[in-house]
Order: sequence, then structure tokens, then C-alpha cells
Amino acid sequence: MFKYVINLLRGIGHRVIDRVWRLGFATRFFLTALSCSGDSFRRFHLVIKEIYFTGVLSLIIILVSALFVGMVLGLQGYNTLQKYGSSEAVGVLVALSLVRELGPVVTALLFAGRAGTAITAEIGLMKATEQLSAMEMMAVNPVARVVAPRFWAGVISMPLLAALFSLTGVFGGYLVAVPLLGIDDGAFWSQMQANVDFHEDIVNGVIKSLVFGVACTVIALFEGYDAPPTAEGVSRATTRTVVNSSLAVLGLDFVLTSFMIHGGS
Amino acid sequence: MERATIDLWVGIFVTMGIAAFLALAMKVGNLTSANLGATYSIQAAYENIGGLKVRAPVKSAGVVVGRVASIRFDDKTYEALVTLDIDTRYQFPKDTIAGIYTAGLLGEQYVGLEAGGDPKMFASGDKIGKTQDAVVLEKLISQFLYSKASDSDSKDKAKAE
Repeated sequence: MFKYVINLLRGIGHRVIDRVWRLGFATRFFLTALSCSGDSFRRFHLVIKEIYFTGVLSLIIILVSALFVGMVLGLQGYNTLQKYGSSEAVGVLVALSLVRELGPVVTALLFAGRAGTAITAEIGLMKATEQLSAMEMMAVNPVARVVAPRFWAGVISMPLLAALFSLTGVFGGYLVAVPLLGIDDGAFWSQMQANVDFHEDIVNGVIKSLVFGVACTVIALFEGYDAPPTAEGVSRATTRTVVNSSLAVLGLDFVLTSFMIHGGS
Repeated sequence: MERATIDLWVGIFVTMGIAAFLALAMKVGNLTSANLGATYSIQAAYENIGGLKVRAPVKSAGVVVGRVASIRFDDKTYEALVTLDIDTRYQFPKDTIAGIYTAGLLGEQYVGLEAGGDPKMFASGDKIGKTQDAVVLEKLISQFLYSKASDSDSKDKAKAE
């Protein structure tokens, strides 16, 4: 009995120490990537290549899902608002929910699934096939050559993708509301413009997407860099990237929103 | 893939992203209508401002002519001192009445200016003499109930006599 309790406590302690150690390691990894990023600006074509991979190739999934999210929001919003006789407000509903919440959050979740997993798998395999060690042998810093460009590519791509997501979503909502459901075109846009504030809604949405971009990219890079150099290790790391990025995005979203709403009023 | 092609695609992507941000600011947000240009400020004192907020619109005849710049409490007169930023394109006579109204039954509150007939116009820093407080719904209801009660009281007395 006594031994069982001791073992249980030991298990808890081991897990806590492991988590804290990983967190500290991730922070140091992040700081190292930041301090090594001077190189990636001097050789900016490395960053551009990664922007092509994380940003341009994510465009299709981001735009298509944004169109559908906006169209669904338009339909649902119209259905509910109609009961209160204010179906023109559907533009406000679509724009506010996209710019404030869905744009940054859904983009970040898709980004983690589309680009984050690829980053983790790529770096994990580089480690498994000892390419990173080979770079070190050639006196090339793998953090500066491999990690930092991917980090900056993610940080640059994410707000752009989120802005495109929000705009396409608003367009999707417009498609459903105006030509399909017959809401007045002028009322749709004017109500939207009267109720969406540039600083409180749009700029805050951009800040959110920037923070999510940093979080998703750092998690993806760290999981790849930290993965055990086996096939199983890389696959587990990829799974952890998706799980941790999604949780981090949703948790950070709550924290950021509570700050923004408090500061906004 | 060739480097020039990648550069081109990334260029298109970044331009599209920035264009999307600008389109959001212009078409979805109120960046274009929020800018008033040059303004002058006048002050108005109220006994009760209700739920008026900073940046609330100042309207005259339903057109937005300015914004509420600041609201503070004057502890000498125990009144609320509201500073209004008015667009310099619009001039108002000195006997303009500044009231606080509500847009719709439950909408936001705004300052409504009703122009008077004075030939002199407001200059920056002037104080509006005639103001009308916000209507507080609770006060209105309690007044209504009170007058109802006194009505029925007097009727009862008349019956008894």
C-alpha cells in the first residue's frame, strides 16, 4: 500500500518535471531561433521558399473553407435574425464573427493541420536521417539554416492567410445573403460598416492571428526538432503538433479575447 | 521549382494578403467614415448623461457631424462635462440645444444638436448653454407609476366624499 502511494507520487513528479523540462527546452529553442534569425534575413530567399510552402500552398484550403464558413454563417444568421425581424443585420454578424474570432482561429487550426504537420515531419525526418548532424559537422548552424527561416515564414504567412480568410468569408456570407436570400445590398454593407470598428475588431483580429502564427510555428518546429529519430517518433511528434497547436490556439484565443474586450470597453 | 517562379508566387500571395487587409479595413470596417478631418471642440454640461460613451456620434438632423471626445465629472457643480469634437465644415449657432438621445428603443446613445437662430456661431472651447439630459427609463417608469398612484388616490377620495 505504502509502496503504491510512493510509486504514484513518483509518477506524478516525473510527469511534472518532464513537462516543465520540455517547456523550458521549448522556450530556449524559441529564443535560440530568434537570436539566429539574423542570417535568415540576410539570405531572405530561404524565407521566401518557406513562405511559398506554408503560405501559398495553404491558400486553396484556406480560401475554400473560408467561403463555406462564410456561407454557413450567412444561412444560420439569416435564419435566426429573421425571427427578430432584423435579417439585414446578417452582414454585421458574418463580418464580426469572422474578423474577431473565426478568421484567426480557424486559419490557425487549418494552418497547424496543413503547414505545421509538414514542418514537424520534415524536421523530424531531417533529424532521423541525420541531416541536422551533418550540417553541424559542416559548421552550419541547423537552427539558423533550417529552423529560423521556417519560423519567420510562418509568422509572415499567418496574418496574411487570416486576412484572406476573413475577406473570403465575408464574400461567402454576401453570396448567400444578397443574391440567394434577397437581403438588400446597401443595408448589408452599410450595417456592416457601421458596426465593425477598425481598431477594436480588425486590428485585434490581426494581432490574434500574429500570436497564433508564432504559437503554431514554434510548436511545429519544436516538436520536429525534439522528435525521437525514428519513424514512430516522427509520427508521434506530428500528432502532438496538431493536438498542442490546436489547444494552444484555443487557449490563447480566450486569453487574448478577455484582454481585448476588457480594454475595448 | 525555379527560384523566380517561387518569388512570383510569394509576391502574389503577399500582395493578396495585404490587399485583403486593406479591403477589410475599407469595405468591412469603418476606417473611411471614422475620420472626421479637422475638428473644433465645444463643451456641454449635463446633470445626467445616461449611457453616453466616448467616441459616440454627435448628430444634427440625423447626420454625423462629430464625436464625443471625452466625458468627465465636475466635482464643483456635480455635473458631467462632455467635450464634443465637431467637424470644422459645420458651424452651429450659440443657442444650439445639445440633447442626449437614444437610437431606437435599445440602441446606443448619441448627442443630438438642434440648431437655434442666433447669428453668432460657436468657436473652439465654447460651452453650450442649453442642454437636455438623457432620459433614464427607470426614472420615467417610476414617475409614471407615482402619478398613476396619486391619480387613483384622488379618485378614491372623490368617491368617498
